[in-house]
Amino acid sequence: MTIWIGILLGSVAVYSWKIFGYLVPHTVLDNPRVGKIANLITVALLSALTGVQMLTSGGAISFDARVPAIAVAAVMLAFRAPFIVMVAVAAAVAALLRYFF
Amino acid sequence: MSIGVGLATGLYGISFGALSTAAGLNLWQTQVLSLLMFSGGSQFAFVGIIAAGGPAAVGVAVVSAWLLGVRNGFYAVRMNPVLEAVGFRKLLSAQLTIDESTAVATAQNLRGDQVKGFWLTGAAVFVFWNTMTFVGAILGSTIGDPKSWGLDAAAAAAFLGLLWPRLKERQALAVAALAFTVAVVTTPSLPVGLPIILAGLVALVVGAFNLFDRKREPTK
Repeated sequence: MTIWIGILLGSVAVYSWKIFGYLVPHTVLDNPRVGKIANLITVALLSALTGVQMLTSGGAISFDARVPAIAVAAVMLAFRAPFIVMVAVAAAVAALLRYFF
Repeated sequence: MSIGVGLATGLYGISFGALSTAAGLNLWQTQVLSLLMFSGGSQFAFVGIIAAGGPAAVGVAVVSAWLLGVRNGFYAVRMNPVLEAVGFRKLLSAQLTIDESTAVATAQNLRGDQVKGFWLTGAAVFVFWNTMTFVGAILGSTIGDPKSWGLDAAAAAAFLGLLWPRLKERQALAVAALAFTVAVVTTPSLPVGLPIILAGLVALVVGAFNLFDRKREPTK
């Protein structure tokens, strides 16, 4: 039940940005500094999520098969590999390392 | 072009579906997220935080999803004078205002093409994203331990893939490095999800004072 409430609240919250931009067009959002901060917030959250998902487990810092998997993913991104291929290879690297070691 | 973008986006809908069910959401919860939230970054963040913290972390998951959706508001400001939609069409256009539809629309020269590009891409991405979420959720719920399939690494790779194209400027790189460090280092001492919000504050401070910006005029 809690998850359902979160899904609905989260969806309304995400939609609120989208509709806000249509209803109040010439507002604070036209300010270039505000646009820059919004971009940086997106970068910060995605980077933080990458770090937490890659280096922590159960509330503790841990280094395991995810680290080499993400290193491979980064190399693939540098060579412009498609998103789905890169994600699948990262999963495969971690899965194989865990299977063999 | 719209169909191609839709197909490509749909493919990573598979990874969202699989990760979401691995995070503990059921098939319907996963599908409703793709239908109603319909914004990849926000959805990955929501299920990533639930995966780590369970239902207790739902509040932070909502806030993180909300913060990651902010860029859509800027796309909306850009698309509003192009689309000039009213009534129900305005409400619908808002839901379809995402990275892909805005990118295709703004790449066209003529206004008619921009309008067509927006609606076609938005509709194609919506259809493929939701269909592939369903496929991924079915796949994700039939496998056993998500870790033995490397799905935790896949989640990290998905975030990295969403982040990568945004790392072109020095300021963005600096924010990414700081946010990454702050979030990882504070994870052992803060409740699940809060390190992510804290990292968002880093961006706020760097942006407000315009730190690490190469183009900044030297102070005299």
